[in-house]
Amino acid sequence: MINEEKLIWMYQTMYRIRLFEESMLEQTFKGNSMGVTHPSDGQEAVPTGICAHLTDKDWIGSTHRGHGHCIAKGLETDKMMAEIMGKFTGNCKGKGGSMHIADFSKGMLGANAIVGASIPLAVGAALTAKYQGKEKESIGVAFFGDGASSQGVLHESMNLASIWKLPVIFACENNQYAEATPSWYAVSVEDIADRAASYNIPGVVVDGMDVFEVYEAAGEAVKRAREGKGPTLLELKTYRYHGHFHADQTEKYRKIEEEKAWRKRDCILSFEKKVTDQKLISKTKLLSIRKEIEEEIGKAVDFGLSSPLPPEETLYDDVYVNYPNDLRGLR
Amino acid sequence: MDKKNKLGPGFDVPGKEIRYRDAFNNTLREELEYDKNVFIVGEDISGGFDKETKEPLDAWGGPFAATKGLVQDFGVNRIMDAPISEAGFVGAAIGAALTGLRPVVDLMYFDFTTIAFDQLLSNAAKSRYMFGGQTKVPLTLFARSGGGTGHAAQHSSAFYSILAHIPGLKVVVPSDAYSVKGLLSAAIRDDDPVFVVNDKKVINMTSFVPDENYQIELGKGRYLKRGEDITLVGMSYSSVVCLEASEKLEKLGISAEVVDLLSVSPLDHEIIIESVKKTNRIVIVDEDNPIASIASEVAAIVSDKAFDYLDAPVKRVTAPHTPVPYSKGLEDVYVPDSNDVVSTVKSILGN
Repeated sequence: MINEEKLIWMYQTMYRIRLFEESMLEQTFKGNSMGVTHPSDGQEAVPTGICAHLTDKDWIGSTHRGHGHCIAKGLETDKMMAEIMGKFTGNCKGKGGSMHIADFSKGMLGANAIVGASIPLAVGAALTAKYQGKEKESIGVAFFGDGASSQGVLHESMNLASIWKLPVIFACENNQYAEATPSWYAVSVEDIADRAASYNIPGVVVDGMDVFEVYEAAGEAVKRAREGKGPTLLELKTYRYHGHFHADQTEKYRKIEEEKAWRKRDCILSFEKKVTDQKLISKTKLLSIRKEIEEEIGKAVDFGLSSPLPPEETLYDDVYVNYPNDLRGLR
Repeated sequence: MDKKNKLGPGFDVPGKEIRYRDAFNNTLREELEYDKNVFIVGEDISGGFDKETKEPLDAWGGPFAATKGLVQDFGVNRIMDAPISEAGFVGAAIGAALTGLRPVVDLMYFDFTTIAFDQLLSNAAKSRYMFGGQTKVPLTLFARSGGGTGHAAQHSSAFYSILAHIPGLKVVVPSDAYSVKGLLSAAIRDDDPVFVVNDKKVINMTSFVPDENYQIELGKGRYLKRGEDITLVGMSYSSVVCLEASEKLEKLGISAEVVDLLSVSPLDHEIIIESVKKTNRIVIVDEDNPIASIASEVAAIVSDKAFDYLDAPVKRVTAPHTPVPYSKGLEDVYVPDSNDVVSTVKSILGN
């Protein structure tokens, strides 16, 4: 049984992600975010159910669709919004943007815009934990999508993690589409979880629209990792409500009936129904949580909008820890 | 780093003549002893395992015996034999570097760099910058480059210029046992990702190496020979070629100064400019392919910063714009040698 505090955290996290993405899209269309953004609304149950088991000492790797992972790992929404708006107050001082939000103090190894490229980083974080004998307190989670499930580096990473018995979880968010290409076309198996068999590790299919199912499956995988039993591949079947990126028109490649069917299984609505039916959390409490989050996201947008752009001279900062040539003199 | 020791302790200290490969191996050992966060990962570096006992066999001592004897003393957790999956284990090494370790990666042949190239370009080189300076990647990679040994097109490349092109990476090109000791040690202790290029032709050459531990500052070149009439610039094996050419030139009454770059990113602009201002002529010798090469970069720097001091066109002696051929008859033509350098020097000196 999940305790009330954890349930409330789950609800806060899912709603925070949902509202963040909606506000972020609104700001993107207003021209306030400076580039391409990839919303993750619809998929909130996945990072929430997995990160519910993690602490700041655990590491996650993320993707171009990474806002949900960041929020579930505890990153502050004001700094995230500022980063997406290209502001100096953002997590990466405006150098990274939507696709590269990171916070190493929270165990967030950075969102990565090369599909599959962050997977071995999470394996490397798990390697560090094992090297230091700290598997119990530090594991790695690699978030990636159905698109990355066909990348060679995923398969190399699963093989390495298996032979080295590393404390890592491969969390495949199968949201059915890689850009406009459906996974039924691009993936050779019905269930991506089956690919775990090649690497002699457990592969588990999970309903990624149900945060309780995600929480339970992730719990098993986390336990296995912390006990030194090695990696697990979780395939979390889910759906992105919006297109691949903010301006993507989904009606060109998927049917409205399909979208409606997935929305009927919305993770936030089903959570609300379950906890109120079972009298775990009151409707009043849920409403007050919503209100708090709405205020928080409103403040995050204001913080982003009112923050300064990075000073021009910071262009040259942080390429290296130490480089004797003056980078200003090299152009 | 102690200023007077930027290029190592010098040659008037206790030491001995040893091969480049032994200096390399000794330095790996010293760095493993120096910092418990240092570990080595690569293919075949512990040379097989006994099926019954699961103990490593160290059959070859790793590729080119670089890691010979290390697994016996440091164990399989610090000498990690990896399957043939460069992208995977280079990525994992970067992840380990981002979370507190100091990995050293053996990529075997330099050509294999490209199999892990996305990890190097997108993660190793860019993480610090795109995350606003919140992290660092203290990673060292090494591999064997260069033609002349019959390894053919896919085991002989020397495209270090491609790596030097990338902001966030550093690239060093030792030319002898003395320099590889100081540069490898400095690379492993450096907080940025550094690629150590080992030309196969220098690996079995012998030179004086001080006994003491020392580092050579990354980005500092050195004079291998002082001269008056022309500057020869080399890197890795081409520095050996320059030295050989300078001896032939001396017999012709031409006094050549030899600059050994040691690092190609960062690149020591000062030593190049200083030497050209004195000799007024320069030939850059580079075994990489010519287009967008380090030789081109040095030529551009000289044209920009020492144009008024030049008495002759800047000349490059490089490999041709072809892959490395197999047959010795062709390979000998491919690799720039001291005769190529001498004839180029003669052409610009007008004799």
